[in-house]
Order: sequence, then C-alpha cells, then structure tokens
Amino acid sequence: MMRATPARIALYVISALVLVYLIIPVLIIAPISFSSARFLTFPPPSFSLRWYQQYFSNPAWMQATRVTLTVALLTVVIATPFGVAAAYAISQSKLRIMRLIHMALLLPLVVPIIIIAVGIFFVYAKVGLVATMPGLVLANVMLGLPYVVISVLAGLQSFDPAQEMVARSLGMNRLRSFFAVTLPQIKSSVVAGGVFAFISAMDETIVALFISGGQYQPLTKRMFTALRDEIDPTIAAISTLMTAASFMLVLAASARQKRSG
Amino acid sequence: MTTSVPDPSQKHQRREHGLMLALVSPALLVILALIVLPVGWLAWQSIYNDGFTLENYRRVFTEDVYWRSFALTFEISLAVTVIALLLGYPVAYLANSVPRGWSILILSLVVLPFWTSVLVRAYAWLALLQRTGVINQLLRYLDVISEPLALVHNTFGTVVATVHILLPFMVLPLYASMQKIPNDLMQAGASLGASPSLTFFRVFLPLSLPGVLAGCTMVFVLCLGFYITPELLGGGRTVMVSMLVSRNVELYNQFGAASAVAVVLLLGVLAIFCVVSRFISLDRVLGQK
Repeated sequence: MMRATPARIALYVISALVLVYLIIPVLIIAPISFSSARFLTFPPPSFSLRWYQQYFSNPAWMQATRVTLTVALLTVVIATPFGVAAAYAISQSKLRIMRLIHMALLLPLVVPIIIIAVGIFFVYAKVGLVATMPGLVLANVMLGLPYVVISVLAGLQSFDPAQEMVARSLGMNRLRSFFAVTLPQIKSSVVAGGVFAFISAMDETIVALFISGGQYQPLTKRMFTALRDEIDPTIAAISTLMTAASFMLVLAASARQKRSG
Repeated sequence: MTTSVPDPSQKHQRREHGLMLALVSPALLVILALIVLPVGWLAWQSIYNDGFTLENYRRVFTEDVYWRSFALTFEISLAVTVIALLLGYPVAYLANSVPRGWSILILSLVVLPFWTSVLVRAYAWLALLQRTGVINQLLRYLDVISEPLALVHNTFGTVVATVHILLPFMVLPLYASMQKIPNDLMQAGASLGASPSLTFFRVFLPLSLPGVLAGCTMVFVLCLGFYITPELLGGGRTVMVSMLVSRNVELYNQFGAASAVAVVLLLGVLAIFCVVSRFISLDRVLGQK
C-alpha cells in the first residue's frame, strides 16, 4: 500500500531521529550509574556499584528516600478517595455548579507550578506548615487530584449508572451499591489514577524546593541541590532506581488494565 | 395547586444534591486551600504593602531585568513550541499511518520519557552536553571539532532539554486529531487526481489543525512556567520568568515583586487559554496531560 517514495523515506528517517532524541537521555543514565569513573567518560571504563553503595550508605540520601516514599504513599491514600468521590459526584450530579467545580479540580494542571509553589510557601509560612510532613503531603495531594479525577471520570464514562440504580432498587444502600457494583467496574481507572498520583508525588520537585526543609526534604529536593553544585554520579544511581520504579509501576498498572478491560 | 406541601421528589432531589456536594467537597477544599487561596494571596501581596500600591507592577513593567526576562521567556517558549511542532508532526503522522502494532510501539517510545522524572532528564542532558560530556567526546573522537563546544549552561542547552521534555505534549494531541481524519478523504483526494503532497496540504494538514493548536498551546503554556530545566541547564544566564519569581523570594526577599511577576505570568497563561478555548475545547488541551 505504501510505496517508498522519497517523502516517505524522509518521514521514516526524521521520525527515527526524533525517537532516538527522545530515548537517548533515558538510556544514558544507567551505564553512567554503573561506571567506576568519578567523571563522566563514555563508554564507562569498568563496571562498578560504587555509586549505588554511596547512595545506600549515605544517611542523608536514605532519610530523603524515606520522606519521598512516605509522602508518595500518603498522597495516594488521600488523593485517591478524594478524587474518586469528586469524579463520581461530577459524573452523576446534574447541578450546574459541578461544571465549575470540575474546572476548579483541574486548576493544578493550568496554573504554572512555580506560582503554586510560591503561593503555597507564603500561606504555609503564615500557618507554620513550612518544612513539615503534613504540609508536604497536603501539597502533593492537591497536585495529584487532577490525575485521579481525569482518570476516574474517563472510567465512569463507559459505566452505565442504571446498574447502580438496579442494585439500589434491590435494597442495597447507596454506599454498598457503589462498592459492590460501580467500583469493581471502574477499578482499573482508579488504580491508574492512583499510580499517576504516586508518580507525580515521587517526581514533584518545585513545590518541595520552596516548602520542604530540615529532615523532611524529599529525594528530589536533595537531587536538585546536588545537581546545582556538581555532577555526582550518585545521582545517576538514584535516577536509575527512580526510573526503574516508575516504569515498573506503569507496567503493573497497564497489565492490570489489560486484564480487567 | 398549593405550594406549601413539600413535594417528596423535590425533597429527594435536594438530598441528592447535598450528597453530591458532600462527595466533592474534600477535593474542592484541598484545591481552594492550596491553589485558590495562595494565588489570591499572591495577588493581594502584589498590590498591598501597608496600603495599596502599584509600585511592584511599575517595577515589573519598567525595569530592565524584568523586561528582559519576560522577553526571553517568550522567545524560548516560542522557539520550543515551533521546534516541538516540527519534530512532533512527522512522528505523529507516522504513528497514524502505520499498522496498529507499529503505532503502539512509536507512541510508547514517545511517552516513555514521560515516566522519568524531569530532574533525571536534566541530569541526563548535563551528562550528554557538558564540556566533557558524551557528545563533545564523540565529536572530538571523530575529529569533527578540536575544542569542546559549549552546548550547555546556556540557552541552547535549555532549549534542547525543554523540547525533549515537552515533545510528548505535542505528539499526543497531534496523533489524537489525526486519528479522527477519515482515511476515505485522502483516498478521495487521490482518486480525483491530486498528488499525495497536494492531498496532504489541502486535506490532511487543515484537518489536523485542532491537534496542532492543542499541542502548541500545551507546550507553550508549560514552557512559560518552566523552572527546573532552565535553572539547571541555563547556567545562570538564561533567567526565565519562573526563576525571576524564585530569586525574588529566595535571594532578595522581594515578596511583592515576586508576587507581581507571578500574577503577570498567570494572567498571560489564562489569557492564552481563554483565546484558545474559543477555537477548541479545553478538555482537548488538558486531557492529554
């Protein structure tokens, strides 16, 4: 069907180059992290785990990792039910104001993150939430909400609300019918939303730069500060681990989605 | 008809409304407390300092540092958007025109970088572009250059890394809009004797314009507020608006000025969304993220 016209060949070549440009930075990190060299040389002179050792034996990096994982987990635990409840209400309610609320919930995607970060910093400074765990978690819940709402709303679009009506007419109350009938059918979109919220919290840097401090600094803030000063291959090791973690999460979520839908 | 007797269905409806509002309220409260309130605070702070003042805005609009930063941010965002469009369109086109298995592969490669942190990718570009980095070493090895090129810690490095980060936001809406173009139209064009390039420019390209607009809006707007990449790869010389905000807060304690810059940036972004929403639905722009 498609003949190899010059235009077609040019299309292939350009696309291939663009894809290489997209992929190379992701692939370059792992070899650097396994290199024995202090400075970047490519290809690496010899294989070594010293940067991983340095990461795992440094209490500051370990503390930051604990903070990141705790924040990300708590973010999912809070943002997922909040987002699911909101998405359910938005899709079921005929109230006019829901349109406005729907838009409000997407604000974290619209407002430039630097503005959010500075604004939260000022508010937190007044109420004493700067450099605290609750402050960090709350900010990440806000940033993760749109992902849950978008994902669950998409899931609810293919769900027929009449099914829930049937369950209720058979005597289930609203809550039970939601958990027994609705939730199982939108489960994969809930999981996807939760995974997005987790990854967003794990990667979040800019807000953390402004509002986190002391012993409650996430990994990304420490990495940012380290990167500003010098290129330390320890960061390549951390980056490789972070990338592997988010890939595995995404793969797990999409495998789930395939199985259930 | 008497109106004093409460209508049971009305009562039921009111309960239903109450329940729905209760369900949406936790999420809404978080948003109100952590976006609406802080942004309101910024706006207030930009005009109030022991009395109303427009001093901050006067500075932002007259002082050179601010002007240059706004101009630079605009230029970089424009450049990034155009480059992303030129690079993204062929990829989206290819993904749209090959069999399903291939298009899934192409799109996975496009979204793969999505799942690596922006920080990680900034690190990768530093490793690739610095004076002793991979690219310079390769070019010297191949005898193309004798002195290492300054590829990073300048605007060039910032643009390369920023395009890389924003490209998926261009390709996905482009692909989505191309998917909606019926294949018959192209065949109709061909059967009427038009050359492939003519059908492309007269039929396909115009029909893909909603995707172009959605992608360009997203990339441009995200780029306006970019912070990490210019901060790490710009070498201190590429001061984009976001860095102006953070420096005014962190280094100079100029909260009023920082707020005024933030407000101007936000108004710019909202204005763009307002204009764009007259042509395409905003869901289309935001849905990709």
